[in-house]
Amino acid sequence: MSTPTKPKERSLPKIELTDAEAGALEFPDSTSRSYNYFTPQKMRATTYEDVTVDVQPDPDRYLTQGWVYGFANGPGGFPVDWTELKSSDWHEFRDPNGEWEQTIYRNNANVVRQTQQNLENAKRANVYSNFPRGWVKFLERNLGAWMHAEHGLGMHVFIAAQRNAPTNMINNAMAVNAAHKLRFAQDMALYNLDLEESHIEFDGQLHREVWQDDPVWQGVRKNVELLTAVGDWGEALFATNMVFEPLVGTLFRSHLVMQIAARNGDYVTPTLVGAGENDFARDHSYSRVLFTLLVQDPEHGEANKAKLAEWLARWVPLSLRAARELQPIWSQPQERTITFAESLEAAKDDFRTMLDELDLPEPKELSE
Amino acid sequence: MSRQSLSKAHKKITELSWEPTFATPATRFGTDYTFDKAPKKDPLKQILRSYFPMEEEKDNRVFGAMDGAIRGNMFRQVQERWMEWQKLFLSIIPFPEISAARAMPLAIDAVPNPEVHNGLAVQMIDEVRHSTIQMNLKRLYMNHYIDPAGFNITEKAFANSYCGTIGRQFGEGFITGDAITAANVYLTVVAETAFTNTLFVAMPSEAAANGDYLLPTVFHSVQSDESRHISNGYSILLMALADESNRQLLERDLRYAWWNNHCVVDAAIGTFIEYGTKDRRKDRDSYAEMWRRWIYDDYYRSYLMPLEKYGLKIPHDLIEEAWNRIWNKGYVHEVAQFFATGWPVNYWRIDAMTDDDFEWFEEKYPGWYNKYGKWWENYNRLAYPGKNKPIAFEDVDYQYPHRCWTCMVPCLIREDMVCDKVDGQWRTYCSETCAWTDTTAFRPTYEGRETPNMGQLTGKREWETLYHNQDLADIVTDLGYVRDDGKTLVGQPHLHLDDPKKMWTLDDVRGLPFPSPNVLLNEMSDSDRDAHVAAYKQGGPGGRPAKAAAAS
Repeated sequence: MSTPTKPKERSLPKIELTDAEAGALEFPDSTSRSYNYFTPQKMRATTYEDVTVDVQPDPDRYLTQGWVYGFANGPGGFPVDWTELKSSDWHEFRDPNGEWEQTIYRNNANVVRQTQQNLENAKRANVYSNFPRGWVKFLERNLGAWMHAEHGLGMHVFIAAQRNAPTNMINNAMAVNAAHKLRFAQDMALYNLDLEESHIEFDGQLHREVWQDDPVWQGVRKNVELLTAVGDWGEALFATNMVFEPLVGTLFRSHLVMQIAARNGDYVTPTLVGAGENDFARDHSYSRVLFTLLVQDPEHGEANKAKLAEWLARWVPLSLRAARELQPIWSQPQERTITFAESLEAAKDDFRTMLDELDLPEPKELSE
Repeated sequence: MSRQSLSKAHKKITELSWEPTFATPATRFGTDYTFDKAPKKDPLKQILRSYFPMEEEKDNRVFGAMDGAIRGNMFRQVQERWMEWQKLFLSIIPFPEISAARAMPLAIDAVPNPEVHNGLAVQMIDEVRHSTIQMNLKRLYMNHYIDPAGFNITEKAFANSYCGTIGRQFGEGFITGDAITAANVYLTVVAETAFTNTLFVAMPSEAAANGDYLLPTVFHSVQSDESRHISNGYSILLMALADESNRQLLERDLRYAWWNNHCVVDAAIGTFIEYGTKDRRKDRDSYAEMWRRWIYDDYYRSYLMPLEKYGLKIPHDLIEEAWNRIWNKGYVHEVAQFFATGWPVNYWRIDAMTDDDFEWFEEKYPGWYNKYGKWWENYNRLAYPGKNKPIAFEDVDYQYPHRCWTCMVPCLIREDMVCDKVDGQWRTYCSETCAWTDTTAFRPTYEGRETPNMGQLTGKREWETLYHNQDLADIVTDLGYVRDDGKTLVGQPHLHLDDPKKMWTLDDVRGLPFPSPNVLLNEMSDSDRDAHVAAYKQGGPGGRPAKAAAAS
């Protein structure tokens, strides 16, 4: 037993009761307890609005000294001409999902937990060994190829775009969109790893070859690569979330994988892909709100519609071609419950609804 | 997840990238650096499956502490002196955080290594976290602290005040100009690796000593993400070093980034820690002591110096000079004095210094009283309206300073000021290095080499120019720094909210024209300007005009 020693005198800051809490005194501004430099969308600002609005300053609002750093060939900050779309008030947009850090981590951690539990159960129950061979081939090739598309869009469309828009609200929505895409791509890659490590015949490297060379997937890869090459953030967002995703992404995820997996004895894939589809529903939602604001802009609405129509003419044929080139994969699984024509028509219907909402003309290729 | 399975999982996700053949990602942000010979390695091995639950858990702890602080009436024991400075700090910091998120595509564009891209993508999400969690902390302060004025105009004030602009470099500098200069050297290698130590570790510790345990809760949670960011920066730095032609640029950027970070961060955080605290225990570290530990020993000696073995030229002279400015030239004290001089155009209140403070300063910085003591006594004497004007307009032996064109902190160490005609305009700089930054580094050629991607310094860089000779009451009104009675100023040179007679109103600051030193400088004849600059350089310390300095 050690001999007790006198403890060394510790140096501690003094606690002092200051009564510095709200309501302790009345004086000018003592009850002005809201951020008062922006107009909330509803009666009271949401937490999302409070933590997001005006964090990215704007020379058209309060930034009186302007941007203090510039690029070699132009102004710094977030120039409005980094997209050809125009707005009489870019700051009007609010993300309908109200994404800020708490929602980002809650939502994605929930998805991660659901996915991991699902995959662990599947492994424990040895369900992969009961997957029909044709379905395993389908996952090996096609789900394997699709994860590249999600990763490419996340890394090179949305991360890039979130640097460029004129408000924090738009940029944060796109940053969350990027996080969704990257997480979903990784979820699929790790599922691929699980299948590779299970005791079934599964080539975990085949996805690269299919994505890079299989003619069925080259239209999709071309579409994705061209999307990553777009410099205009507005065009990149529109061509990805409003054209590619409804015509190709949803077509593959919702109108194929989600429809046929269960028939092939697979309850694992739909939960994983369903989570990705749910991400897209959120991402589609903010994109629709943004583009609705832009086409209804009192000053620039008509010009924006013309620009979006131009982009539709550029991107719809490309995405439709990518979709059609995927047709052979509809006949790969043994259990087929839906035809390519039915799936494509469902995707087109959703797309037409969106065009209708935005009052945009239907590209002729849609009816061909 | 076990380390083995984590490695395997990480290896698997690296399979997601591919070599494009139809089109390559748009190169939106250029760099003069080259990475042709770069080794490819991702130091992080972070996968989102483990990242999201980890961050959620960290969040839960933060939000639990926030609930606890409210239930436990934390604001009954926070020091107002401390909380007031948070109105400035927390108005600035969320923008640099979100700018760091926006900087990630610059680095991704510039570095052709998909493995590093993964770490940068995770950093982007972290930075969205940091920005919004800090805004939320400020919201809590606004709701629960006695005086919400200043918190309630926070982002507007950040955008239109002279202090916000100084802080804004620490944000705009991450996202503008040469992609590697901005997103790697300035942001990660210097700002995150060196200065988050004082920002997110030293300052929260001072907050706790002032009764505020929420700032440490939030900022230590933020800091726990920074180590991953530091790895990103280090990895890209090593890749850049693989190519001999990058060394010249790295040397330039380290000099610029180090010096600008020192000018901006030490000005702000040094002031918050030294002048915002009520904890005057003699064994409590001063900012200079913290700086010596966190920046000099931990960053300079442990991180930067070992890079010399890779052939990187470290700016030893600038590190020693930064220390010299802090220890011998009173940099932090000069800045605090300037902030207090400008109190009517602040959006926070600044407490006067007391005898306890004087004693502590004298103990920590021998000779402090002779330089600054009288001025702070005058600050206390002139704290209330009625018989006197704000201190900036009274004769207290203080010459309102010129502003540094580059770092935008005023030229407070008077003898170091550089004056030069650049791009057709007379400009003042706080130091030779800030002059070099504008005239040499941020230019399309550097030491005979083309640097077409280097950014430029832009904007109305001297805040006072915006309001040259306007009435102070009109300036404060235009800024919007007025409380909800329409007349009482947000900024006050004291903490007494209990007596309306002690609160300055617009009427008390009317009839005071506020001239711009830079406009006046440019209006002078060459001989007048030479004489003015020579006299200015003989001024100080403590902002004393030359004559007074000579007499003292």
